[in-house]
This record gives sequence, C-alpha cells and structure tokens, in this order.
Amino acid sequence: MAGQAVLSVLREDGVVQGQEPEIAPDTLLHAYRTMVLTRHLDERAMRLQRAGRIGFTVPNKGVEAVQIGSAAALRSSDWIFPSYRDFGMALYHGVPVEQMLHGMFCNGLDNSRGRQMPVHYSFADPIRFVSISSPIGTHIPQAVGAARAAQQRGEDTAFLTSFGDGGTSSLGFHSGLVFAGVWKSPVIFLCQNNGWAISCPADKQTGSDGFAVKGEGYGVPGVQVDGNDFLAMYSAVRTAVARARSGGGPTLIEAITMRMGGHSSSDDPTKYVPAAMLESWAKKDPIVRFEKYLRRRGLLDDAQAQAALAAAEAQVAAAVEAAEKAPLPATETIFSDVYAEVPPSLRKQGRDYFEMMSRHGEAAAGDGAFPL
Amino acid sequence: MPTLTLIQAVNDALKTVMRQDQRVVVFGEDVGLKGGVFLATEGLTKEFGEQRCFDTPLSEDGIIGAAIGMALNGLLPVAEIQFQDFIFPAFDQIVSEAAKFRYRSGGMYTVPMVIRTPYGGGIKGGLYHSQSGEAYFCHTPGIKVVVPSTPYDAKGLLIAAIEDPDPVLFLEPKRIYRSVKGEVPEGHYTVPLGTTRTVREGNDAVVFAYGAMVSVATIAAEKVAAEQGKQVRVVDLRTLSPLDEDSVLEHAKQTGRVVVLHEAPRFCGYGGEISALIAEHAIEYMEAPIVRVTGFDTPFPNTLEHHYLPDERRVCDALEKVLTF
Repeated sequence: MAGQAVLSVLREDGVVQGQEPEIAPDTLLHAYRTMVLTRHLDERAMRLQRAGRIGFTVPNKGVEAVQIGSAAALRSSDWIFPSYRDFGMALYHGVPVEQMLHGMFCNGLDNSRGRQMPVHYSFADPIRFVSISSPIGTHIPQAVGAARAAQQRGEDTAFLTSFGDGGTSSLGFHSGLVFAGVWKSPVIFLCQNNGWAISCPADKQTGSDGFAVKGEGYGVPGVQVDGNDFLAMYSAVRTAVARARSGGGPTLIEAITMRMGGHSSSDDPTKYVPAAMLESWAKKDPIVRFEKYLRRRGLLDDAQAQAALAAAEAQVAAAVEAAEKAPLPATETIFSDVYAEVPPSLRKQGRDYFEMMSRHGEAAAGDGAFPL
Repeated sequence: MPTLTLIQAVNDALKTVMRQDQRVVVFGEDVGLKGGVFLATEGLTKEFGEQRCFDTPLSEDGIIGAAIGMALNGLLPVAEIQFQDFIFPAFDQIVSEAAKFRYRSGGMYTVPMVIRTPYGGGIKGGLYHSQSGEAYFCHTPGIKVVVPSTPYDAKGLLIAAIEDPDPVLFLEPKRIYRSVKGEVPEGHYTVPLGTTRTVREGNDAVVFAYGAMVSVATIAAEKVAAEQGKQVRVVDLRTLSPLDEDSVLEHAKQTGRVVVLHEAPRFCGYGGEISALIAEHAIEYMEAPIVRVTGFDTPFPNTLEHHYLPDERRVCDALEKVLTF
C-alpha cells in the first residue's frame, strides 16, 4: 500500500534483514532446485525457439522467486489460475518437465493435443494449474468462482491467480476483485509487476502509487513485496493463504520484479528497455540472492549447486529428446474436444475432409511462423 | 510507384492521412515507441508526436470506449486491437455503442472511427492469435466491415475507412502482411467502401473470397485452368458490410456456378449470407449447388492449422463439384 514499506527479507547479498519465515531446509532446497530448473528450462526453450525447433516461448528470467516463492506457500490441493509465464509454479509442485516439453513442441502427447501455442499449459495433476488462454485477465474472476465452489462445500482450499501489471487494466481484474471483495473469497491475487506490458512501462498502466493500493477500493487488502526475494514472496503468500483458509478473505499481492527478457521470443526488448535498468536489476537476481542465503546457512555448497544445475540439464535434455520424437497430433484431433460428443454435423465435416484428402492428398505442411 | 508489402501500405495510409488531417489519432497497445507488434504504426510517434500516436493501458474495452468518445468530440480515431482474438472485451463498446450511436440519437451523435486489427490464421498462433471473427461484426448493423487483400487496397480502403462518417472495423489478414507485395501510389487516394474487385476473369464458375483466401482462390483457379481448361472467376469481396449485393448477384448470374471461401468456421459464417443471397435472388441462374469452403466448426488449432485453413486442394475439390454437377 502507499506509504507502507515493501515487504523484504533478504538483502541483495543474501543477509536476512527482515522477518525470516520458518521453512524446512528440504523445502528451501526443493525451491532452490526448482528455481534452477525453471531458469534452465527457460534458457533452453529460447535456444530451441531460435533454432527453429519450437515456434514460440515466453522468457521468464528474473521472475523465478515470484513463481517459486508463491508456489512453495501452496499445497498441491490448492488451485493456480496462472498467467503465461508461470510454469515454475507447476514445476515446484511436480508437474513433469517432459509434459512441458510436449507442450512446447505442440505434439500429440501435449495435454492440449498441440492445439495451443507453446507454453499455454493445462495441468491438473499433481496440482490444478488451470488451462491458460492468451486474452488478458479473463482467468481472474474464474479463480473467484472456483473459490466460491470450495467455500460452498466448506473446504479450506486456497486459490492463487497470477497476472501482470498490464493485467490490472483488464475487465477481469476489476470483476474479479469486485466479486472477491463481496464474497470474501479465499483468493490470492498475485500481480507480478515485472515492469512491462510488452513494451509499455508499468507507469502507463496506472495513475496510482503501485498496484497493491488498488485492492483498497474493493475491500481487498494489498501488500507490496520484493519479488526478487524468495523469502519475502513466500512470507507474503503464506500469510495470504492463511487468511484465505481461515475465512479472512482475499489478498492482493504486488510482487515488484523485472522481466529480464522480452515479452516473448518474437519481441525485441532492446528497442524499449533502457540498458541501465537491466543492469541495475541484474544485481538483484533472485536465484543468486537466494543461493547466497542458502550458503550462509550452510544448506548449500558448490557441489550441491553444481548438482542442481546438472540435474536440471539432464532432466530437460531427456525431455527435449522425448518431446521431439513424439508424434504430431492425429488429424482427427481437430474435431474432438469441441464438445463432450462430436455433433453429427461436425462428424460429417470431418468425414468429408478425410474423403477429400483421399482424392486430393495431404495438406502441405504449414509454413506459419509466429511473429509476435 | 513504390512497391510495398501490405503492412507497409497500412503504415503509409496512416502517415498519409495523419499528415493531411490533424484530427486523426492512432492508439492502442504497443503502437507507440515499439510501432505495434507487427510494425503497422512504426515511426508514427516519431513523426507526429505522442499526442497523435500513443500507447494505452491494456484494456480493449477502454481503447474502443475512448475511441468512441474522441469520435463524438471531433477527432478521427484509428484504434488498434493487437489481435482480433483480443477484441471481445470491447464487444459491448462496438456492438452496443459504436454501431448504434447514430441510430439512437437520430444522427445527432456519430462516431467516425476505425478499429484496425490483424485477423486470420496461418502464423502458428493457435486458438487465440488466429481467429476470423468477421461474422460477429457483420451481424451488427451500424458498423462497416472491411478486409483488404492487396497493398493497393489496404491503403486505399484504410484511407476511405478513416474518412467514412461511420465506424469501420478494418480486418487485416496478418498471414499476408509481408508475403504480398504490390505497387502503391504515393499520397492520398481511396478505394470506395462497398465495392468488390474482380481478381481473375472467367465465366465457367466464380469463387468469392476475401483476405488471405483471395490468393488461395487464385492459385486454385489457375490450377483448374491448367488441368481442365476451365476459366474460374475470382472476386475479392473486400467490404463485407455493407456488401455490394448487386455485384455478387451479377457475378453469380454470369457464371452460374459458385464457390464461397473463407477461413472462419462454416456454421453461421459469412459464406452462408452470400449463399442465401444468391439462392434468394439468382437461383434460377444456378447450374450447380453453391459450395462453401471454410474453416471447420471447431476452435482454431495450432499444430494442425494447415489442415484447418482452406487450401487449394479444398478449393479445387469444390470447383470440381460445381463444374461437373
């Protein structure tokens, strides 16, 4: 909130300066390994895209503490309504890397049957990571509705929905906070203020002093958090989750961070992100900071850090190989999953198409390339 | 005469009218410094300043609502919706507001404005960067719907749209933004809204198409000519609403065999309107049933988009049907 301090626990050198949350060492190390895996997967995805092996990806370097810190404060029985940059949250809860690579390659083993663009994931196990769409903010009121269902059944499930600074300008943000304020929904609204909505700086999205303050008008308490500080993110989300589970209602968390890459693999951020801004944020790298903290506590040494990276590399390499070898989706998957049952009219369209192919041949491979 | 791509022609049209008319303003998401995600507005902020080409907050509803207000008060807004797939938060503003201001106020309040938006598939954009939503808007009286398929038409139609007294939805076929090149005159000219363009002559059959499908129709027509010696006419509808009905009926009557082609799903799609128009007013001229070639009645896929998008195979198949009936 305006006037309130930004919640922060770790200094850039990894020294604790605030209220250190209680977290089991195993949890800390799992979080660290997931952050390393998330970054490696992200870097690998960009290389795959540049080599033309996948069509698209969204860089998420710099926002790992937001994702993993939040995810670590959730149970696997909680729900995530994510934005398109949040795959680290799913990794933390054990969604297999291979499943993500199937999604990146848009192949027949992908959960969406290759219907979606890369990184627009749908996972249900081991955590509800609800199917991502590209329109902005549409998922925010959906999280409130899902929470309403849990409220009505008397469950203590928490619902986290994540969006960017630009997402706060959407209709869904407004509707979601209106409903959650009235219904006292067990929802954590996580605004990842990463500085940019594609090329538009965050100060072009609001006239308010930050985004956390927006909650006040809806009766939803807001808090600003250092998004590059794993411990601060964990603390903030854990507090909000406890509030949600105990019937205290929703919380709006603004994680202040920086998107260190482009909006997507099609974006050239050097056209609009000042180099000095990138340099100053590079010093706040969330993984480096967290690693320093773990080393200070004696939980991590060189060998363990190297092992974490090696494990990530091996996992991702195996997943890339499996995904690249997987078959493309079968042509008939165009017609399934539109409804529970394929309507007779659509069945006929499909039959007509296959009949046409029997006379005129296969479709020429598409040459489309995503330009954004 | 300079040779431009379709996207360059859009850019040229915007610069041309902005130089001539101070009332024209361009805005949307990332249209300023970045010049738009497809670079349609590249250089506009530099040349005309941030008062006339600017970024907005990320709200399509806000973009179109604000455009309406500007149009009500003397500006000529050209709003960009980054992808047509993202237009739906603004559906209320377009359908309930922009399209109805003139009617509900007896002409007292009008909204001369243009909504530019890239549409259509073929870029591996999956469900949300590929759709063809023209039918939603053609079903709404009060807003015009325009689709260019060449650089020349893109510039001429866009200038005509900006100068039109009514709101215009200007759908730009992004698949051919850079692949289609053509000569484009410098300076101001217009292509009148509400007219069709005959792309290829022929009297044995006609294909009605628009946007990226025009070139698909032409390729199929050439193939049929080479293989069967039949001459197929190709007509670019280019203004979907209001439609030049006389032109459509004339082409239908002259050829007697009709194929209608679009990317959008078939059911309640634009092809149904063309088909019904001909059935109502020219059925006695028809030598064969009208055939529609369209996208399937499914969401738009990603990996399999080359199956979803009508191609020359499907158009040739349809032409075979109407020519051999």
